[in-house]
Amino acid sequence: MSDREQILGRIREALTVTAPKPGAHGTGAGHHGPAVSPGPSSTRQWLPLVGDSFEERVALFRTNSAELKTDFQLLNSREELTAALIKLRDADGWKRIGSHQGELTQVACDALGLPVCRTDATYDVRELEQCDAGVTECDALIAQTGSVLVTSRSAGGRALSVLPPHHVVVVRREKLLPDLQAGFELLKSKYAANYPSFISLITGPSRTGDIERILVLGAHGPKKLTILCL
Amino acid sequence: MKSVIQQFKEQSRVITKDLRHRNLIQTALGKYEIKRDEKKAAFQSWSSARQAAAEIKWEAINHLDKHLPDFVRRLEARGTVVHWATTAETARDIILKIVRDQKARSIIKSKAMTAEEIHLNDALEHEGFEVVESDLGEYIVQLRKEAPYHIVFPAMHLTRGDISELFTRELGSAPTDNPEELTMIARRALRQKYVTADVGITGANFAIAETGMISITENEGNARLTAALPKVMISLLGIEKVLPRMEDLALFLPMLATAGAGQALTCYNSLYGGPRQPGESDGPEQYHVVLLDNRRTELLADAEQRDALHCIRCGACLNVCPIYRNVGGHTYGTTYSGPIGSVITPHLRGLQEWKHLSFASSLCGACTEACPVKIDLHHHLLQNRRNSAHEKPSVIEKITFKIAGFVMNRPGLYAVVKKLARLFQPLHKLVKGTRLDPAYAWTQSRDLPTLPAESFKDWWKKNK
Amino acid sequence: MMYPKVGISMVRILERLGHKVEYPEDLVCCGQPAFNSGYWDESRSVAGKVLGRLKDAEAVVIASGSCGAMLRVFYPDLFAKTPQAQEAKALSAKSYEFSDFLVNRLGVTDVGARFPARVTFHDGCHGLRELGNKKAPRALLAGVRDLELVEMKDAETCCGFGGTFAAKFPMISTAMGEVKCASAFATGAEYIVSNDSSCLMQVQGLLSRQGSPVKTIHLAEILAQS
Ligand code: SF4
Repeated sequence: MSDREQILGRIREALTVTAPKPGAHGTGAGHHGPAVSPGPSSTRQWLPLVGDSFEERVALFRTNSAELKTDFQLLNSREELTAALIKLRDADGWKRIGSHQGELTQVACDALGLPVCRTDATYDVRELEQCDAGVTECDALIAQTGSVLVTSRSAGGRALSVLPPHHVVVVRREKLLPDLQAGFELLKSKYAANYPSFISLITGPSRTGDIERILVLGAHGPKKLTILCL
Repeated sequence: MKSVIQQFKEQSRVITKDLRHRNLIQTALGKYEIKRDEKKAAFQSWSSARQAAAEIKWEAINHLDKHLPDFVRRLEARGTVVHWATTAETARDIILKIVRDQKARSIIKSKAMTAEEIHLNDALEHEGFEVVESDLGEYIVQLRKEAPYHIVFPAMHLTRGDISELFTRELGSAPTDNPEELTMIARRALRQKYVTADVGITGANFAIAETGMISITENEGNARLTAALPKVMISLLGIEKVLPRMEDLALFLPMLATAGAGQALTCYNSLYGGPRQPGESDGPEQYHVVLLDNRRTELLADAEQRDALHCIRCGACLNVCPIYRNVGGHTYGTTYSGPIGSVITPHLRGLQEWKHLSFASSLCGACTEACPVKIDLHHHLLQNRRNSAHEKPSVIEKITFKIAGFVMNRPGLYAVVKKLARLFQPLHKLVKGTRLDPAYAWTQSRDLPTLPAESFKDWWKKNK
Repeated sequence: MMYPKVGISMVRILERLGHKVEYPEDLVCCGQPAFNSGYWDESRSVAGKVLGRLKDAEAVVIASGSCGAMLRVFYPDLFAKTPQAQEAKALSAKSYEFSDFLVNRLGVTDVGARFPARVTFHDGCHGLRELGNKKAPRALLAGVRDLELVEMKDAETCCGFGGTFAAKFPMISTAMGEVKCASAFATGAEYIVSNDSSCLMQVQGLLSRQGSPVKTIHLAEILAQS
């Protein structure tokens, strides 16, 4: 019998007896009765609250970004976007960037006027490793958590948004979603026929607390995350 | 060879007196607690979220016979090679074969407790492969040739001074007590490894049946690099990792981060559904998923404790456990330490040999209260105790409880015993706190209360 | 057996509130030590007697969160699938830890006590987590005149007693107790109060060995003062 058959056989046999439902045992219930049972479809109502209007969501995204040490900028025109990019380039002395095909990434590359390592087709990892920033688009921003939702299709593959020391996201404000649930719904409607092989929720620049639980940014991934939202 | 229980007791004796260790852990976890409480408070209802998470896991585990094959079928449909391993040995052999076939020299790994469980690094190194742990904490303990101290914070037992010394010795870097500089030293050392590694090995936090993807939660970006750069990627995961739907992550990701690290969400939560697909520009050419049983099906067969398979390895139960906080992670001598380790190790590695961990608990229940998926941890410790006593009773204890029961069910006899105790109490002073003291286990560090002159019963008789 | 004052205080308070108290003289133990050690058959032989004796009581009031949890939470487990399962459930439903009984059953928070001291409260784990009883003891303390309650850091952390655990793993138990004592000491309280005598025995044992000026006292003893 193959390992596969053995394991599946053992699982089937084990499951002939049903386990008690969670919360069936009395702990902590005291005289106050058992916990209410939600049902999986309604988990949104237990999670951190997100406002209904665009303004509330931007405000939440901004607060989350500040806490995560993400640089979030809400911009009102292409000119402001260009200016913000140039400011970043000059402040850190960028020499080359990595990027991919896209409406806003094209605007960014044009504005920056630097050599670009493109990750749309096979590329040289060593070359990408030498880049000062990775400029990508994304699928969505998530207000609830301050996250950027990317996929290998929307953000130039797996490495572009993690290998260079600075990740810059250029995104239109229509892409701001309320919460994670909405993010997963979007993925489903957009890709269900054929998902990209890589999907990620990026929440702030790379970090570690492995030394005395003290926060350090830029452990392996980018030290900086900038979101330029048009 | 000392038995594992002797080792446990000896190490406990040493480390519980080590005030430096005690303070280090109290401080580190104190920081975590503040953050965790803050993030929990942001939930509209943490307790309902826990109940929901527990119910989803219940559904996943109790229908594993459906969800696991679904997960596998969808992964395979997009070019992933799925391997099944009944034992640790099979899993090691599968992985060894993959790296040998690749003629790989160097392997980069991101954190995976299942890899610790099957002692994968030893097996790979024994065959001459270079394996580098890329998570900072794991990298540190690997350089020290130690096991991880904690399932989420592997190097929590070390100070920056310890780490600086280690890096100076092993990497030749200049001493520094700045955590940021230390992190950068590791970053530079590991960057080169990434670019040259042939194979990347990861664990997984969740396996999504609906879409055939694995989900990896991390903060540093090391797992993302491991999954992006090497041309072969291997993920090793226990069969219990399954979640039915992708959107279940909308609940589980924030709960894992909150309970595990006091974060609203960890920095990177990534889903991988296969090797590089047509039209994609990077990612591995081959993707292997190794599904590990290693006696998980035995735990599954124990309906009473089946919920222990709901565990999402967040580490919250370790963090709040006063036993863990005082004896530390290494004392357990197990891959999974703390309350969850004490519950499942007897199932994974033998009840009689590991039952002492179920007894080394005050049953305070802090673990059960902390667990985001509501595993009935401390009651499972009680059940392990019951099962072990049932399977192999200790003659002395059985007799003691028999006699005690006999005496206590006979009030007259009980009264005599109590009188005797009162008579003998003055004599106790002579031996108190010495090894001759029958109550030495207590009196070596604590005083006993003096027996009252009048018992409650005497008072009751007099006053009623 | 070790702390008759606790029982005496409890009886006095209940009688002061106009209740008739009965004490089943022939009951001495709820069977928890054997239960916690894994010897459920032996435990059942002691606990079975408790079931029988308390069958007709209107409510059972217990001065310790730990024994309270045994009757309330663990008896139904212990007697599950035995002929006494129903009896165990019935007893569970009418068993109360003392402070829970006063506050949640009788609706009393002021028993007319006075205790001029600065105290800190230690939550016994069983009372807190098995019985979910955090508010009642504090409500009662709030009703005591001239008493100042200062919460300690980690009030909910176990003191390290844990029954046979304290004897089987004394080094761990002691370390836990030391952490507890340090938290309590940091509040500047004169008394550590709890509703569980076994916790108090552990904490007092350490305090007196350390020569600490801090004292322990059971909640019932405070409530009986006037
Ligand atoms: S048992 Fe619960 S608290 Fe402990 S690691 Fe697993 S999920 Fe986290």
